[in-house]
Amino acid sequence: MDYFLVVLLQIVGAVGNLALISVGLAVIFGMMRVINLAHGEFIMLGGFAAIFSVQAGINIWLAMLVIAPLSIAVLGVVIERLVMRRLYGRMVDTMLASWGLSLLLIGLATTFFGNRVVGIAAPVGSFRIGDYSLGAYDFVLAGIVLVVFAGGYAVLRFTRAGLIARATMQNREMASSLGIEPSRVYAITFAIGSALSGLAGGLLAPISGVLPTMGVAYIAKAFITVITGGASVITGTALSSTLLGSINTVSTFVTTPVLGDVALLLAATIFLRLLPTGITGRIFKGAP
Amino acid sequence: MTFSTFSRAGSIHIALAAIAMLAAIIILPSFAPLYTLINVTLYMSMGVFALSLALLWGYGGILCFGQSAFFGLGAYAYAIAAINFGDTTLAAAFAIVIPALFAAGLGYFLFYGRLSDVYLGVITLTVTLILFKLINSTGGDAWRIGEARLGGFNGIPNTPLLTVPFSGVPLSPAQMFMLAAIMLFVTYALCKVLIVTRFGRAVIAVRENEMRAELLGYNAKRLKLAVFVISAGIAGLAGLLFANSVFVSPTMFSLSMAAQVLIWVVVGGLGTLFGPVAACFALQIATAALGKLGIVDPNIVLGTVLVVFVVFVPGGIQPALAALHAWIATPTRQSRTLEKVAR
Amino acid sequence: MNDYLLEAQDVAMHFGGVKALDGVDFRLKKGELRCLLGPNGAGKSTFFRCLTGTYKPTRGHILFKGNDIAGKERHDIARAGIGVKTQVPSLFDGLTAHENLWLALRTVQSAPIRKEKIADVMERVGISSLSDHILGRMAHGQRQLVELAMVVASDPDLVLLDEPAAGMTDGEVERLASIIRDVNRTHTVVVVEHDMHFIRMIADQVTVFHQGRILAEGHVESILANQLVRDVYLGKKHVP
Repeated sequence: MDYFLVVLLQIVGAVGNLALISVGLAVIFGMMRVINLAHGEFIMLGGFAAIFSVQAGINIWLAMLVIAPLSIAVLGVVIERLVMRRLYGRMVDTMLASWGLSLLLIGLATTFFGNRVVGIAAPVGSFRIGDYSLGAYDFVLAGIVLVVFAGGYAVLRFTRAGLIARATMQNREMASSLGIEPSRVYAITFAIGSALSGLAGGLLAPISGVLPTMGVAYIAKAFITVITGGASVITGTALSSTLLGSINTVSTFVTTPVLGDVALLLAATIFLRLLPTGITGRIFKGAP
Repeated sequence: MTFSTFSRAGSIHIALAAIAMLAAIIILPSFAPLYTLINVTLYMSMGVFALSLALLWGYGGILCFGQSAFFGLGAYAYAIAAINFGDTTLAAAFAIVIPALFAAGLGYFLFYGRLSDVYLGVITLTVTLILFKLINSTGGDAWRIGEARLGGFNGIPNTPLLTVPFSGVPLSPAQMFMLAAIMLFVTYALCKVLIVTRFGRAVIAVRENEMRAELLGYNAKRLKLAVFVISAGIAGLAGLLFANSVFVSPTMFSLSMAAQVLIWVVVGGLGTLFGPVAACFALQIATAALGKLGIVDPNIVLGTVLVVFVVFVPGGIQPALAALHAWIATPTRQSRTLEKVAR
Repeated sequence: MNDYLLEAQDVAMHFGGVKALDGVDFRLKKGELRCLLGPNGAGKSTFFRCLTGTYKPTRGHILFKGNDIAGKERHDIARAGIGVKTQVPSLFDGLTAHENLWLALRTVQSAPIRKEKIADVMERVGISSLSDHILGRMAHGQRQLVELAMVVASDPDLVLLDEPAAGMTDGEVERLASIIRDVNRTHTVVVVEHDMHFIRMIADQVTVFHQGRILAEGHVESILANQLVRDVYLGKKHVP
């Protein structure tokens, strides 16, 4: 009984984790059809931002929830201005350029921060279920993810900005013919997406530590979660995180963590073969 | 200026490449120090790797983000087969056949599933990461294929060197260098010939416009699968040469390996064969030199090069050089302007 | 079995709940030149795409030379002998006109014969001067002609043309009409068109589509005199 409860809670943790590392990428992909391969490095830099702030004596919650997202949003705006703006509409080129940025950021982080893991202690401890000890932080994290997704859903569903965003997602030409300036929408989208990646990095810093090359571990998972989710940013990412997070956890329990990751990627690959436009491309069409 | 994709001028290029190859084989081993020879052998294996993607992406129009999967697979197939057979000649064939077979399976899934370009990139990247993770986790005695221990993140350091067929005598570094030079030339010539055959032209047709190619009766899916398989075989050959100049390790599957080959093709120019090989040599020499100096992280250089080329030099160096050459060769200002107008 | 080159039986195509085609029966004899017309959304383009293999019909059969081609792969349909010119020219934009035609002659093995055929068809369509020009840099009308030349070069049993006159100047349209009549001397041709002027220039037999069905079929002048056709089609066109 305890065992199943533990597995269930682990699944919740894994789903939250997957949703967290994917949502920034999902926002940028859903709105702009840009696959930001530097997403993993945004997460990494968000982690560094949080850790350096904590080391400078700033409150850990402030560092994770405010400073990490804000600093990566600024980075995102700069990158959008300097590079991405020149490549809109050329999907393959945006992927290549962001891959270049990814390498560049890894190189810069290695040069300035050193090639070693730095970490901070989680702000909350652990609790026990029967013989099992579980980190309470995982659930704080899942809670924050829930708030982010609920907030995102509400904004998209009920506000004017959300309406504009959904219009842009559905039909770019239509949005610009409504007098909405696409370049501004893109800049804001990129900033929000980057901020969410930074938030993910900040929140993950206490769990995994931060290393310049850590982004690689996230990009494939995030990538595949977003694409499995399909066109709708919030609904799609939530659904695919749930699906893939469950598969990952269960197969990790049955086999090893590495094979668990392999199962996740394999499942997503087969899934894409069956539903090439993702879950929300076929089933939950039009959800925000 | 008219530019013909189907031109047969290729024979001149092949002849020039043959001369370069012979010159390298004759001159370099006699005076270059051993480590230079080994380094150049390594660069040549990477040159073959560059050709595999130059063919697939530049002519087939298929952007594979995980080309390193075939590169690593070729090396591992060779190492495992060579350790088990005790003979390297047959094992060398494995290095080409196994990646090609793997590509056939994967490609069938990709192309016959009608997945779009972007998803193709995602899935090939994912496959590479899966292999990277899997191989990395194969440390310990439990993970072995026959006699060969997979060795986890240590790789297979005791990979047998290629031998002179049926004699058991391993190739010397100089002989290995010659083999790599010949293989680079052969691969180049093969690609060059391939793109002017009926098959090659049909592949280019599919790159240009898949629907039109199909409306003319070309089986686009089969053509894409075929060029994918050929490219994987070439990448496997590159892996074989790499395994013989360094050793077999999981980094061959890594994302940075996949990124490097992509950068060579972007810098060298899409739709050319010489460009990517030249870019491969230049960038490897540059990153090795910078790495030795220890001032700049190689990732900074590679990343900057990729961003700058995608944004500012989208055609790569070869077309840019050709344009520059044409500009310089055009004698007067007036005709230069005329040419601009004509364009 | 019969003397029809193409015979569609009860072909239907549904997109979700929308019936783009709702049971079309269509027959075409060898050597004919037939125009398919109808207002936008009438189903003529959907029918066309079912013939080319782009869509797989929800129901029905399409017999071409006696074999059912409904739902077959595009390249199999092309190999069976159907040549297609799409509405927006679909060409190999990075290649020259000569190279485009080279690719159209897929089944010709011999290089000299290929060369001769390319020269012939360029002459016939009147694009010889464009031989070494890159398609991507040509004017729209020229691209239309190159595509037509490609279809003719591949020597299909049935030539399908989707709005070939779209975007052409008056002079080009006249030349196109004479080329199509010339092609019809040797090939069976189906043209999807809504420009009445152009239809009068090339066809005498027309098939009118309306709401996913065939509304009327017959000689162009009698069809134009038909009050029903005038209401659904011409009426809409002239009274905005």
